[in-house]
Amino acid sequence: MRDVAVVGFAQRQMQDYDGSPQCAELLVPVFAECYEQTGWTKKDVGFWCSGSSDYLAGRAFSFVSAIDSIGVLPPVNESHVEMDAAWALYEAWLKIQTGEVDTAVVFGFGKSSAGVLRRTLALQLDPYTMTPLWPDTVSLAALQARLGIDRGLWDEAAMAEVANRSLTDAEKNEYAVRAGGSSVADLLARPVFADPLRKHDCAPVTDGAAALVLAAGDRAREVRERPAWITGIATFADGLHLGTRDLTRSVSAARSAAAVGGLDGVEVAELHAPFSHQELVLRSELGLADDVRVNPSGGPLTGNPMFTGGAIRIGEAARRVWDGTADRVAAHATSGPALQQNLVCVMEGREKGQS
Amino acid sequence: MSRTLQAPVTVAFDYTRSVGPVLGRFFTGLQERRIVGARLSDGRVVAPPPEFDPVTHAPTTDFVDLGDTGTVTSWTWVSEPVAGQPFDRPFAFALVTPEGATEPMLHALDVASPEEVATGLRVRARWAEEPKGGITDLVCWEPAASGPDAPRSGAADRAVGGTEDAGVTGIVTPVSLDYTYAASPEESSFFRALAEGRIIGQRCPACGKVYVPPRPACPVDGVPTEEEVELSDTGTVTTFCVVNVPFLGQRITPPYVSAYVLLDGADIAIQHLILDIPAEEVRMGLRVRAVWKPRAEWGTTIENISHFAPTGEPDADYETYQHHL
Repeated sequence: MRDVAVVGFAQRQMQDYDGSPQCAELLVPVFAECYEQTGWTKKDVGFWCSGSSDYLAGRAFSFVSAIDSIGVLPPVNESHVEMDAAWALYEAWLKIQTGEVDTAVVFGFGKSSAGVLRRTLALQLDPYTMTPLWPDTVSLAALQARLGIDRGLWDEAAMAEVANRSLTDAEKNEYAVRAGGSSVADLLARPVFADPLRKHDCAPVTDGAAALVLAAGDRAREVRERPAWITGIATFADGLHLGTRDLTRSVSAARSAAAVGGLDGVEVAELHAPFSHQELVLRSELGLADDVRVNPSGGPLTGNPMFTGGAIRIGEAARRVWDGTADRVAAHATSGPALQQNLVCVMEGREKGQS
Repeated sequence: MSRTLQAPVTVAFDYTRSVGPVLGRFFTGLQERRIVGARLSDGRVVAPPPEFDPVTHAPTTDFVDLGDTGTVTSWTWVSEPVAGQPFDRPFAFALVTPEGATEPMLHALDVASPEEVATGLRVRARWAEEPKGGITDLVCWEPAASGPDAPRSGAADRAVGGTEDAGVTGIVTPVSLDYTYAASPEESSFFRALAEGRIIGQRCPACGKVYVPPRPACPVDGVPTEEEVELSDTGTVTTFCVVNVPFLGQRITPPYVSAYVLLDGADIAIQHLILDIPAEEVRMGLRVRAVWKPRAEWGTTIENISHFAPTGEPDADYETYQHHL
């Protein structure tokens, strides 16, 4: 396996983006930041991979318009996934492993506010037995939350605690679209939106874009003193049918963690839990120790641009390695209803083989 | 003022899907007011039946008729329903475990307020008066203790006569999504200028090319194209096609010509109509000028230009547009 590291990260998050849904004009400054961080130009990038969805944009081939922001004549080596850009990162990591390229820029973008996000997301469900009912993503998460409450696995106070910690941490994140902690009691006094979920239990509808830079071996060492070396990355998915899943669990998240050798020794974990109770599910499925610092960025409850929210977790975790605040970090991304698809990425300040 | 021009857009499509033998059995059951589940390899009984066993991945073969009563296993209150949901007023979505099943299924539960629902509530199916063959033949669940008795089963008067092929083989799922679509800031400038009878492009600071309509970034260099350039409304036909085929929404009777027009001063052609000339006389290099609609009809749209018509000038030399094809 080649040693591959995350060496660059730029992001934008906002509530109502006054721009086009293909976000090309939003990506231009994001890429400019990546070039600034790495000292690279377009010619240094061996592979580009993006994550986005036309269902969010409301137009066909939005990802083709978006790559104007790269400058693609002569053509660049490029690919796209209709998933969160965390999976675009997975593809780019694989591409580097093949030896075909040494570097990659991964990006995601989406203007969630262009439509009714919780409704649009019904299109990711089983099209035969679910989509015709238009089950919105918040309702599905609420059904999951109540199952856990009824089984005594968590309660509304524990969920509020997650939200309160996230909102407090977000005060230090300039990109967060929601911030400002108060207290569990205050949060619990707020009205329910989708019983048992309150609005602060749900990630805000967020527009945005983000990019991550990957590099192998010496290319990574040239960019940063402490690259965030990817020492494990894995993704699994649970079945499409809610009825065949135990929704209080996320078996695919647990499998992802197991596939990277477990998350022992992780100091910081950025978890892509768009609903407060899902962080509690993930903590247990990923086997995180009690002293792991979770979502110091504020996490998805304070800003969750679709198709970027997972990739941002990887960028936020990588930053902790770059600045030396952590030696071993984990990032998680999710997609699909109620934690159906999951990806785990472990990054370390030391390369494999070093002790 | 918003920096972008915005307009409502609805994207709609009716998805026609064949359902295959497993879901076909499920939907045929619903049509006959029966809930068909499947017994999985691990003993669980679930509805709708999955096409393949989630553990062994073998095709599902062990089908079970479930009761049309059940128990609420989880629920939520939809305080602000979205379009297309089973009710357009607040209602509950619920996971209901039908009688005879071990796992719950998702559907709506019709109660007037969240106070009327709790985990463990006994419910029964409300069936569509006129089944169509789909998940909505089960209209929703309702509390078992309330309401007039609906017909319990239509199986008797809807006998399928043992012919498997009488069942549901396909469903149509209309999907319609509403957006507020925004043009990019650069496109917005273009449309605002059109409302004043001007055509503007933008020049790339790196390669010097002029794009019309302007784009957020030069696709060659990936940098914003900030310098605005006012363009002529005359240009050259670079390539064209004669439209002979009628299609839905067509506004002009065929045959007519749709062409790429390279406006003077631009490096990329725009697509528009060529009229006021017989279709068979349109050719590459033809010089054309925009024919604007009456000023009173102008808006922020390319339709301010009704079409392009020949200027009468000699044809442009191929060399003048060969790099813009």
